[in-house]
Amino acid sequence: MITKVLMPKLSDAMETGKVIKWLKKEGDKVKGGDIIAEIETDKANVEIEAFGSGVLRKIVVDEGGQVPVGDLIGVIADPADDIAAVTAAPSKPAAPAAPSAPTAPGPAPAAPAPAAATASRPEPARREPLPAMESYQSVPATTGVMPAPSAAPASAVAAGGRVKASPLARKIAGQTGVDLRLIQGTGPGGRIVRADVEAARAAPRPVAAPAAAAAAGGPAAAAARAAFVIPPRPEAEYEDVPMSPMRAAIAKRMPQSKAPVPHFYVTSEVDMDAAWALREQLNGLEGQPKVSVTDMVIKAAALALRKNPGVNAQLSGQAIRVHHRAHIGIAVALDQGLITPVLRDCDVKPLARIAVESRDLAERARGGKLRAQEMSGATFSISNLGMYDVEEFSAIINPPEGAILAVGSVLQKPVVDGGEIRVGRRMKTTISCDHRVMDGAMGARFLQDLKRLLEEPLRLLV
Amino acid sequence: MSVMTYREALNTALREEMRRDPRVFVMGEEVGLYDGAYKVTQGLLKEFGDKRIVDTPICESGFTGVGVGAAMLGLRPVIEMMTFNFSILALDQIVNSAAKICYMSGGQYNIPLVVRGPGGPAAQLAAQHSQSMETYFYHVPGLKVVRPSTPADAKGLLKSAIRDDNPVIFIEAETLYAVKGEVPDDPDYLVPLGRAVIHREGTDVTVVAYMGMLYRALEAAEELATEGISVEIVDPRTLRPMDTETIVGSVRKTHRAVVLEAGAGFAGMGSEIAAEIQEEAFDDLDAPIERVTGENAPMPYARNLELLKTPSKAKIAAAIRRVCNR
Repeated sequence: MITKVLMPKLSDAMETGKVIKWLKKEGDKVKGGDIIAEIETDKANVEIEAFGSGVLRKIVVDEGGQVPVGDLIGVIADPADDIAAVTAAPSKPAAPAAPSAPTAPGPAPAAPAPAAATASRPEPARREPLPAMESYQSVPATTGVMPAPSAAPASAVAAGGRVKASPLARKIAGQTGVDLRLIQGTGPGGRIVRADVEAARAAPRPVAAPAAAAAAGGPAAAAARAAFVIPPRPEAEYEDVPMSPMRAAIAKRMPQSKAPVPHFYVTSEVDMDAAWALREQLNGLEGQPKVSVTDMVIKAAALALRKNPGVNAQLSGQAIRVHHRAHIGIAVALDQGLITPVLRDCDVKPLARIAVESRDLAERARGGKLRAQEMSGATFSISNLGMYDVEEFSAIINPPEGAILAVGSVLQKPVVDGGEIRVGRRMKTTISCDHRVMDGAMGARFLQDLKRLLEEPLRLLV
Repeated sequence: MSVMTYREALNTALREEMRRDPRVFVMGEEVGLYDGAYKVTQGLLKEFGDKRIVDTPICESGFTGVGVGAAMLGLRPVIEMMTFNFSILALDQIVNSAAKICYMSGGQYNIPLVVRGPGGPAAQLAAQHSQSMETYFYHVPGLKVVRPSTPADAKGLLKSAIRDDNPVIFIEAETLYAVKGEVPDDPDYLVPLGRAVIHREGTDVTVVAYMGMLYRALEAAEELATEGISVEIVDPRTLRPMDTETIVGSVRKTHRAVVLEAGAGFAGMGSEIAAEIQEEAFDDLDAPIERVTGENAPMPYARNLELLKTPSKAKIAAAIRRVCNR
């Protein structure tokens, strides 16, 4: 039996994926369920497992190769099978023969999805049915590690991420360990040629020179008297850093939101004195998880969404899809971009559980170890920049969701209280709403409820 | 060593080989009484008589066929095409008979035949008489194809061609007949078939060129030297078998290549050489291989248009600058 290994679609936004690592070699025996490769999506690394058994006959996409979702990346077959036809033909089936795929309501049938919402999961209309007979399923990443963001990359990097370099330049770079991504090509169209590689090799390391000068400079007094010399600097005035897959996904996705989705913004200031006090009290409890302001906002937002279902909604073709459950996407900043892992059913989860789960998600998001299903299906998102000491900001809606809440810092400021001025804690929140789905008053009512929940924070606990 | 013209070098080669080997004879239009349309056979009738210097009717297929038959029976004919454009009339004899009889007879018959004459663009010979006819022959297994660019090579290669046991297409150039050069006097001076020569050493780019293109490449190289571009020029001399080793060796040194060709570029010798280079030396290339070829059009009669059709020194220099990223 021949089983095609295809580039899996691991998230709604995923259009291409990169093979990071093959865990099996050509010729290795493979059992169904064996983990055979690691894939880097725009968001995380995911291991894929074999659907069929046999021998990994052919690796079609080598490590480092990036291909569109659904493309053939390998072939599993019996040693005697003739796989020429499979590897030669385009990998997508001409037509989805089985009726199962198009009508499948949820994500890949393999997803275990406990309480996890296949029913309410948004299905963008353009989503292509996964060829169900073809062979992979996503499994939790266990050892996947986000590749280190490339050091300080540059610019003969073509649109597809390929570095344009002459064959000779590549050879010399390979022999001498020069990283072509760091070099500015001077050949036609920015191609890196031999001279560029040799220049890069000969170039002084920008850091080494001043250090050496200081060492040779002797006593500090002498150094002070010495004329000011601009230390050797890299010749290039700037560099073009190639986008990480995640950055590219963000760059592609945000205009899809900001341009077609008419945003409106409603801001409200919340008195956080009570919430702050409650949080300190909770965090003083022995054996209880630490609760963050974000956790409280998540809980409050989820409860407010339940009260304001019109905000927990999104455009779906000609209809407005109103969600019955509150799955909150939490924006987590990473070095190379951001990611919004999804905390499900926040309206019914106790605050302590939200605290535990949100911390776990954020940590795994930073480690690139999120599972695919943890990155999709949010009905509403929250972005909290409070830790950066910002008063307020507005966020761009993460499509297909209908709204996003931007949360500023809890700041101490003079407040008027019963005719007196005192110091109070205040936090500004701004909701961005899709005007096609909801109106200003709805957004305002949501904020009103959110404000009340946070100002009377015991409501979060009952 | 004597200084002589390309034409005299060919004449000397014929004379020496005819003296050396009584089986060698020359046949063609006006090779005898008229001393050859381009005087390559000058004086040969007088020395060797009309049994060995044979004037023929104007019938290329006929006398080429006679040559193939004579070669099968043990003679070593040298067939002259008044111009190589006329060899089109003899294509069947050359391609189907001369090139294939050895193979189809299981090696019973060798065809030690030389077909020689001038080819390529000259001066206002117009569409039918300016063609780079080598393209018609080097595609055919069983033929050797020679294009000698200098008087010494003309002599050494023609002698090797006559001594070779296989059919050799030997295409001279009208424009080169008067070119003078030093030629070894040794009657056994041979230039082996299938061996290229480096005419000018350089370090920045390899230019592959033969015949008229070689001379333009040399001029371009002079000009470029003043700009600090060091051009190496390789003359393949024999197009089939091709001395890929020398060409690729040069490219491995310079890391760049420009291939020149007087005829139209499509499916030409330039394509073949470019393909060989990238197959053998891909990892040594620092720039794409460029071809500079004649325009894809029949040769115009008008002198100005003729000059436009054929690669000029300026065009060649521009291509070299491009691959050198200047």
